[in-house]
Amino acid sequence: MQTKRSKYLPALAAAFPYTLPIFAGFWFLGLTYGIYMNVSGFSFWYPMLMSLTIFAGSVEFVTVNLLMGSFNPLQALVMTLMINARHLFYGLSMLDKFKGLGAKRFYLIFGMCDETFSINYTAAIPKDIDRGAFMFWVTFLNHMYWFTGSTLGGLLGSLLTFDTEGLEFVMTAMFTVIFLEQWLKDRDHTSALLGLTLSALCLFAFGAESFIIPAMLAILAALTLLRRPLERKEAQDDFSDHN
Amino acid sequence: MTSLTITEQIITVAMVVLGTMITRFLPFLIFPTDKTPPRYVQYLGRFLPAAVFGLLVVYCLRNVNFLAGSHGLPELICIAFVVLLHLWKRQMLLSIAGGTVLYMLLLQLVF
Repeated sequence: MQTKRSKYLPALAAAFPYTLPIFAGFWFLGLTYGIYMNVSGFSFWYPMLMSLTIFAGSVEFVTVNLLMGSFNPLQALVMTLMINARHLFYGLSMLDKFKGLGAKRFYLIFGMCDETFSINYTAAIPKDIDRGAFMFWVTFLNHMYWFTGSTLGGLLGSLLTFDTEGLEFVMTAMFTVIFLEQWLKDRDHTSALLGLTLSALCLFAFGAESFIIPAMLAILAALTLLRRPLERKEAQDDFSDHN
Repeated sequence: MTSLTITEQIITVAMVVLGTMITRFLPFLIFPTDKTPPRYVQYLGRFLPAAVFGLLVVYCLRNVNFLAGSHGLPELICIAFVVLLHLWKRQMLLSIAGGTVLYMLLLQLVF
């Protein structure tokens, strides 16, 4: 039986290198997010507390927009559910991996942002390293990178002397890259194209303020209708890979 | 600047926290045992993300007016730039930073 100390220290050593790219990314995005909040008229307390409690980068950018619009808590909830719906599937993929980890599970689930999920899901954890401790460190380190970066951005924002007009494009650039990465990973692009075209159509039909929910429903309906052909094609692709 | 009262701001942020936590905890509440999720749910898990990321790109562009002003040209140029830069170097941060800087330059100096 390992003691607590000897279990957590090697796990930290094993987890830390995996999180280094995330450190660079979260500090860059966190700083930008903090600065973005600052130039939008919010003190550093906002990015500090929001990065700690929400810990979902893309939604936090969206929340800045929500705070600057009119008060609409229901829309805030629905928007968050829609944007973060993908996390439902992260959870599904981690059901087995989080099994038997006790109370630690709550923090692991709370802190499962995209980056933390992708490390914990794909990392080849060495046999002699405690799995739960490894995943705890990945989650905690990423959480702290985001928290410190955002807070620092909120503090530094007021010191900036250059014109920040156009900084908000960072959000568009971020989602473009995420979309592109997913595109390069997929062999079939039906879903990606559906997402773009159905959303654009709904934006045209319902307008900027209310297109998100119809777009999400349209995407779900289309994917449900296309399930058979898409699954068949996926099976064929897998088959040809093995031959 | 925000026009919300501090209470309204706290409620808005609390809603975002609640929404995020629902999406993260729900699978563990629905499937706590050894049950594997239904095949339909697994199918969505594989195919939905690509569509949602597409939706988010469109969401970012929701306030761009393609019929007037600069006709969305700075946005389209910069998105194309982000894509090319990313295909070339495959460095996420470089692509994001490059696109954002180009956009700021275009907006402040050209359009």
